[in-house]
Amino acid sequence: MASGPEKKTFPSGSVLAEARNVSRFYHKDSAADVQVLDNISLTLHAGEIVGLLGRSGSGKSTLLRILAGLLPPSSGEVLWKGQPLHKPTQEIAVVFQSFALFPWMTVEENVALGLDARGVPAAERDKLVDDAIDLIGLGGYENAWPKELSGGMQQRVGLARALVVHPDLLLMDEPFSALDVLTAENLRTDLIELWSEEKLPVQSMLIVTHNIEEAVLMCDRIVIASSNPGRIAHVLHVPFAHPRNREDAEFRQLVDHIYALMTQRAPIVSEADLARRGAPQGAALTRSFRALVPVSITMMIGMMEALAAPPLNGRADLPVLAEKLQLELDDLFPLGESLELLRLAELEDGDILLTNEGVHFVLSDLDERKAIMGHALLHNVPLVRMICTLLDERPTHSIKAERFRSELEDSMSADYARQTLQTIIGWGRFAELFDYDEEGDRFFLEDETSE
Amino acid sequence: MNRSWMNLVPRPQGSSSLPLRYLNSADALLLLCLAAAAIALGAAVRHMLGPLVAPASMPIHLDMWYLPGYALRTTIRMFAALACSLVFTFVYATLAAKSRRAGQILVPLLDVLQSVPILGFLSFTITFFLGLFPGRILGAECAAIFTIFTSQAWNMALGMYQGLRSVPPELEETARCFGLTSWQKFWRLEVPCTIPSLVWNAMMSMAGGWFMVVYSESITVGSTDITLPGIGSYVGMAIDQQNIGAVAAAIVAMMVVILVYDQVLFRPLAAWATRFRLESVNATQVVEPWFLRLVRRTRLLRMCGNALLSVGRRISYLPLGSRPDTMRVDADESTGGPDWLWWGLLLLVCIGASWQVWDYAHTHYTLGQIAYVFGLGGITLVRVVSMLVLASLIWVPVGIWCGLDPTRARRAQILAQYGAAFPANLFFPVFVVVIVHFRLTPDIWLTPLMILGAQWYILFNVIAGASSFPSNLLEVGRNLEVKGWFWWRRIILPGIAPYYLVGVMAAAGGAWNAAIASEVAQWGETTLTAHGLGAYVAQSTQLGNISNVGLGTVVMCVFVMFTNALVWRPLSDFVARRLKLN
Repeated sequence: MASGPEKKTFPSGSVLAEARNVSRFYHKDSAADVQVLDNISLTLHAGEIVGLLGRSGSGKSTLLRILAGLLPPSSGEVLWKGQPLHKPTQEIAVVFQSFALFPWMTVEENVALGLDARGVPAAERDKLVDDAIDLIGLGGYENAWPKELSGGMQQRVGLARALVVHPDLLLMDEPFSALDVLTAENLRTDLIELWSEEKLPVQSMLIVTHNIEEAVLMCDRIVIASSNPGRIAHVLHVPFAHPRNREDAEFRQLVDHIYALMTQRAPIVSEADLARRGAPQGAALTRSFRALVPVSITMMIGMMEALAAPPLNGRADLPVLAEKLQLELDDLFPLGESLELLRLAELEDGDILLTNEGVHFVLSDLDERKAIMGHALLHNVPLVRMICTLLDERPTHSIKAERFRSELEDSMSADYARQTLQTIIGWGRFAELFDYDEEGDRFFLEDETSE
Repeated sequence: MNRSWMNLVPRPQGSSSLPLRYLNSADALLLLCLAAAAIALGAAVRHMLGPLVAPASMPIHLDMWYLPGYALRTTIRMFAALACSLVFTFVYATLAAKSRRAGQILVPLLDVLQSVPILGFLSFTITFFLGLFPGRILGAECAAIFTIFTSQAWNMALGMYQGLRSVPPELEETARCFGLTSWQKFWRLEVPCTIPSLVWNAMMSMAGGWFMVVYSESITVGSTDITLPGIGSYVGMAIDQQNIGAVAAAIVAMMVVILVYDQVLFRPLAAWATRFRLESVNATQVVEPWFLRLVRRTRLLRMCGNALLSVGRRISYLPLGSRPDTMRVDADESTGGPDWLWWGLLLLVCIGASWQVWDYAHTHYTLGQIAYVFGLGGITLVRVVSMLVLASLIWVPVGIWCGLDPTRARRAQILAQYGAAFPANLFFPVFVVVIVHFRLTPDIWLTPLMILGAQWYILFNVIAGASSFPSNLLEVGRNLEVKGWFWWRRIILPGIAPYYLVGVMAAAGGAWNAAIASEVAQWGETTLTAHGLGAYVAQSTQLGNISNVGLGTVVMCVFVMFTNALVWRPLSDFVARRLKLN
């Protein structure tokens, strides 16, 4: 029972927040900065729910933080109601993926955080807190500790805490992705219902997500970001009225369309040029490598086998495959991308299909599979070739992994570099191209050392 | 989570002020206790401010009736030191965590300070504080309190610093998002994050603290005899008069004090601190300590607690300090400012310091003397190592045996913790009597004294390791019939290694420190001396030979730091990499 926060007079459609040519770099001490966001321009209006949809690496969380005033853009500017935004304001509230509740505060204290920070008088504070708690369905949980609550309830606390300050804009960073399917759906429906009934004390919402259906279900406008660095690739209007039905033909069609848009081959930004063979080692090679997402070899094999098996026969619609394999989009895309990188499969118009090489792989026995994988790695992953070349050249057949890590860091953040190397180690071990000694942090060739 | 835990801090229902007639009997008793405590405290403190009388005219009575009073005074010293450590910790850790430059100095400094044998400090601090308050007991009291402080503060400051550095980024963002000022953020976010490690470290330093307080109450520095009424000086007097009964009484009194301290202060504190743990592990169910339950059930106490909490809350939300600013985030990242100036300044200080040290060393020591002291250090090192080996041989199997059975583990854990907290130097006279009586060689038989207190660290860490060893791994071992030595070597020893290492490191630190107290022992007129660095420092202190104390302390520091760098650090790196379960 929201007792109606005083309705602010923002005519629907007036501009609330505006990002103008925003770019963002990671600062690095040694080498060139890594770009996360490239020239983003985005406007958020009163009365709309905007979805920001993108894969990992599209910088969507970074953009959300810039819009919240938590991070400054490296270039460009953010306007809030026409004024430059330089710091967080209570007119913009954020809901976090991980809930970000303070474990030492009760539900009530967590919700009251923003009010207490402003020094709102006790009576008013209690009233607002009660309203928010009731609105979001937390009545009876006021004195519970966050640890006692389920994930869904915790995120409700996060929502109530954001809403209690009556922000004009609500930013949500993958708010439902840490929840199980049923809980997430329940929370989505509740939120949309409150929005439709105009009970939410907000003017506009931005939802960052990687879940296509979620975006289509909730948003009026969907902004699709491409990755590495993040750019705005497409903007779509969702013409359906709430409540929406996932089974509607038009709904499905839009979802399929977005799948297709997202699997369009993104312009590859910094694909490593083929490692120059025989380049003197230690020479300043300013090539850049692609960050690899951690995809295990077993997942790739499983996916290829599922693709090759009868009902699909080598080609599948991605939404169908996602459902069949019970995978989330964020798991499916890296898999598909990795297979595409190795030229074992191709992504095309929302479909994935096995290449001849991929079919050959599935039909082979383990030793042949290793050989095919080794071949694919050597030809399609420059870093693997570089490692193998250097291992061959060295009389000791052993080389420190650190140097590859630092080379990777020239074109990506340290975390991505570590992750990329980890992935390469996994793949290389399967293909028996090289071995890796964790203790000494070095690559080596097994045969040679044992001889 | 049990229900009662949830209601730990109940909010007043309905009317906030409870009518006084609802006070229950526990309240009345409590009031009485509080009054008594206040009176005793007043009396004890009054003496601290009195003039310093000649040691002869401030007699320590061996009469048992005096013992509770002495125990109280020892405890007050302990509390005073804890308060000082807390203040120091807040200032030091905050400074180190907030200012990049301060951190560059303060953090390594903590590392060094931690490896300095505290007892070596004693002669400096006593001279300093007696000079500060000439002719007053307060000077001696301050020296004693400072000594305890040195045994706690570094540890706690390091704990808090680490806590401050590991504030979860999303909570930090939330705080900024809702516009908490720097003051509000400090009290609502950063301090709560550090509470678990702060409480844990304070508990761990208690053991060292008791050891120090006992030692520092009765000490001779050159011509100055310091005797502060307390359990330590009581034992000192008992040694002088060769009264073994009084020693036993002091031991019992100390046990009671530690028991009460633990039950009333640290048990409830530790239970309360679990709320501030960030990881949402509720595997270990927290049993509500009886004292906390008492606080909860006693209306008066509850009212006080609630009032205190709400005042604290209000203070923590005072809008002091600046609101967050986006632009500052990047300013912090960039290396603005004249860095070379800063480093140049540091370099200058270093050069100045090394010149001073060199100059001092040059005029005061000969090369032979330094070599001799290093030789003594070597002897003590052999002692420490042999005792660690011996203690491990005994306590690792015992610890594993206890740890694999939950009930046994719980009981043994409590015993070992009390053992570790108990100041082992109270037991020294008992050993010395035996050595004197049987005319044993002090060089060998004084050695076990240094591990007397420290051995418990090994035991309770091994128990902790064994009891948290995954049962499915044990089942695999049973299933594949892994037995005997092979079982020890391949399953349980690697499994407990991370815990064991923590214990051994703590024990080694404790043993070095105890060396100063344990290599020289007295019983009446008889003085037993074992050769070693500890004895060297202790004897130099007694003679008031400050330059020798300095040399001995520095050499001990060097030994401790070298073993840290060459043995413990690589070992713990290895263990963390290879043997950590998950």
